[in-house]
Amino acid sequence: MKPLSHLRIDFMGRRNLAFVVSAAMLIVSIGAILFQQLNLGLDFTGGTLVEVRYSVAPSLDAIRQLLESSGFQDVSVQTFGASTEVLIRLQQAFDPEVGNEVVNLLRAEGDSVTLVRAEFVGAQVGEQLRDQSGLGMMVALGIVMLYVAFRFQYKFAIGALFALLHDVIIVVGVFALFQLDFNLTVLAAILAVIGYSLNDTIVVYDRIRETIRTSRIDDMPQIFNEAINATLSRTLATSGTTMLVLLALLLLGGDMIENFAIALLIGVVVGTFSSIYISGALLIPLKLSREDLIPTKKEVDEEEEELP
Amino acid sequence: MLNRYPLWKYLLILVILVVGLIYSLPNLFPADPAIQVSNAQGDALDERQLTRVEEALNENGIEIKAIEQENGQWLIRLQNNDDQLNARDIATDVLGNQASVALNLAEATPSWLQAFSASPMTLGLDLRGGVHFLLEVDMDAALTQRLEVNASAMRELLRGERIRYRNTEVAERSLSIDFASAEDRDTARRLISRDFPDFDYSSEGDGRTSRLVMSLSDQTVNEIQDYAVNQNLTTLRNRVDELGVAEPMVQRQGPSQIVVELPGIQDTVAAKRIVGATANLEFRLEARNDTPDMETEQHTFRNDPSRTAELMRDVIITGDSVSSASHSFDENGRPQVNINLDGTGGTLMNRATRTNIGRNMAVLFIEHKSEDRVEIDPETGAETVIREPYVERGLISLATIQSALGNSFRITGLDSPTEAAELALLLRSGSLAAPIYFVQERTIGPSLGAENIERGLLSVQIGLLLVVIFMLVRYKVFGIFANIALALNLTLLIAVMSMLGATLTLPGIAGIVLTLGMAVDANVLIFERIREELRNGLSIQQAIHAGYERAFTSIVDANITTLLVAVILFSIGTGPVKGFAVTLSIGILTSMFTALLVTRAMVNLTYGSKPVKKLWI
Repeated sequence: MKPLSHLRIDFMGRRNLAFVVSAAMLIVSIGAILFQQLNLGLDFTGGTLVEVRYSVAPSLDAIRQLLESSGFQDVSVQTFGASTEVLIRLQQAFDPEVGNEVVNLLRAEGDSVTLVRAEFVGAQVGEQLRDQSGLGMMVALGIVMLYVAFRFQYKFAIGALFALLHDVIIVVGVFALFQLDFNLTVLAAILAVIGYSLNDTIVVYDRIRETIRTSRIDDMPQIFNEAINATLSRTLATSGTTMLVLLALLLLGGDMIENFAIALLIGVVVGTFSSIYISGALLIPLKLSREDLIPTKKEVDEEEEELP
Repeated sequence: MLNRYPLWKYLLILVILVVGLIYSLPNLFPADPAIQVSNAQGDALDERQLTRVEEALNENGIEIKAIEQENGQWLIRLQNNDDQLNARDIATDVLGNQASVALNLAEATPSWLQAFSASPMTLGLDLRGGVHFLLEVDMDAALTQRLEVNASAMRELLRGERIRYRNTEVAERSLSIDFASAEDRDTARRLISRDFPDFDYSSEGDGRTSRLVMSLSDQTVNEIQDYAVNQNLTTLRNRVDELGVAEPMVQRQGPSQIVVELPGIQDTVAAKRIVGATANLEFRLEARNDTPDMETEQHTFRNDPSRTAELMRDVIITGDSVSSASHSFDENGRPQVNINLDGTGGTLMNRATRTNIGRNMAVLFIEHKSEDRVEIDPETGAETVIREPYVERGLISLATIQSALGNSFRITGLDSPTEAAELALLLRSGSLAAPIYFVQERTIGPSLGAENIERGLLSVQIGLLLVVIFMLVRYKVFGIFANIALALNLTLLIAVMSMLGATLTLPGIAGIVLTLGMAVDANVLIFERIREELRNGLSIQQAIHAGYERAFTSIVDANITTLLVAVILFSIGTGPVKGFAVTLSIGILTSMFTALLVTRAMVNLTYGSKPVKKLWI
């Protein structure tokens, strides 16, 4: 892997192509979110709860498979109090017939099943969570921008914000486009994407700042190329390890963490791309110059003395 | 000197790691599925009956791990999780009515670990199941409470306009006020209907029997009830998940019921007390001697039933206006609750206390309870359980208003620190819009199938293994350092989460593994930098030093930004968002510690102040 570090890839030379690709992905994503909307899971929509009683303890996996193969979505099957009582939650708008439908399906397997009750259940996620999380994101983004502006410079903050929005919108967009099941686990994955994307962006920024200070040339695209090439082996190693984990989760993990892994895989790929082409390359149209970083130079020198 | 740590740094690292190890260890001893057997009086069964249960279990192929006696009850620990429900059914069949058989999760933490009060993380609803409570929201009470609040506001309005009224009466869906004359009533009707458009108004009687009847329309009734259920949902969510790491499930079921599911099946009594608590506070002025009787109510003190006080019927504010509450001790070591009010509450409180300095203000503790009574139908012999709700009100303090109160103050007069803590929790999480009652309590199995859990856990292990191999192949000796750091990071993360009482779900486990995947990033940054510095021609010792130093700003900046996001998500988010933020923050802190300090310590111990010819990196 050593030759990698001697590579001199002209990342910035292809930035216009990258902008076009990003813009296209963003437009498709936003379009999908607006027109197709997210396929929200049981956690968000609520559904129907059916309680049934068997005469002998049934196999839960068999019930789950039977219901899923009959077209019910997002099925959860649990024992309820006793091994013969089973609680089934379905993502199916409640109507009084659902209970009988389920019982008839289960009876067709030859078991004796009685329906105890069927009722609608509300969403596990309240509107409060939705509103507050939205607000939380906004505040979080604002404060992160302030921090980046303080540690680096405001142009970096703008770049970081765009990179973050870019990554989140594309991940959510893919879920809308392919109508993948969007549940609480996927929401957690999106939060992780935010963390990952920021991490990547800041590492690249740190190197850009360092290269600007130490380099003698004034040609920004060339300085950026140097910085990005220097961090390239790290970028690939980190996204590599993360993707290894995610591929293991995706291929072996089963339904429950499948979507979690998909969301993060997209997030890691897009995040790596955006740390180079959005947060990095955006600094060029923002006209970042060496003068932008000189006033903060003294402060950083002081900090380095405190290092362990 | 380059690459040497002072002794205290090594010791500090060692101490942190040992503490981490102690608190993460209990997770290696997962709780055993068990059944708990006692006779109807709650005492232990005799050995003969126990042997019968044991035989029956063996006959059905259920493996018993251990049988022990605890607090006068027998605890039968089982080998397999799947057997638990069966075992209970069998034991119930064998013992019949003479005994009560309950499911339990018996802690398996060794006693020397328990001495550090270390305990394992609970397994989530998806992996292990838990308890399922079905709660009924008292819709009638929701209406009555709303009507009482309205009645109080109307009385204030009438007093402000100097209109004489005689009596207010709250019925099931309506509210009526008696007046001394028809004119008064008509003026009142005009005034009130302007402020309260939700009522249907009708005037009854004439002259001295004039009466204004206000009833709620069907639509308003529905709105109030819907609001009550939703408000209760929010409150219950806040209550069961203060830190956001408990992974409970709270959802509406049917028109008037709420399901609360909590992971684990230990200490359901405590859980029930918090979930079902309907405590609220009311702040009222003590009545003056000349206050007319119809405006006053008599209440007794909670801790001394022989003492009573005459209070105004009008409420200044209720616990609903509390924006935050915490519990502590006053100067004399008595428990107290510190209260902060929201804007409106503060204004109301200030207005009421400003004009009443020198009078007494009472804090009234209100609790909705219910009593189950079994009624036997004399003809059919069928038993029906009749639930009779009742309200308990008691004064917890009566103190003179010394000066105008503002947004924050404290209340004392509570019985115990536990009560203060629970009251603070209840005030903080908001009060229930209507009383709730337990309808059903059952254990619930894991929501994920056994196969799903197995696959999930397997994938997580393989993912982790891949990271370890990757680091070894790419960074050789330094890869070993990084992998040891990774293992310690995992230990610390688990230790902190166990201390916080976090619940482990399958997505949570995947999240932890992902955090670990990202945590190697700090080491990757450092190692790549060391390689780079070596290529730039620095000596080995200088390269190590420069590698750690130059990567430091990147690592700190990157982690602090992410930590900022996590902290904000924690303070603003709710439920799962909060839980994720907690895991993320802990993961960032532990990974910075292990990646920066622990690997450095290992590198320094191995290479520091020695001549090194070649670095295996």
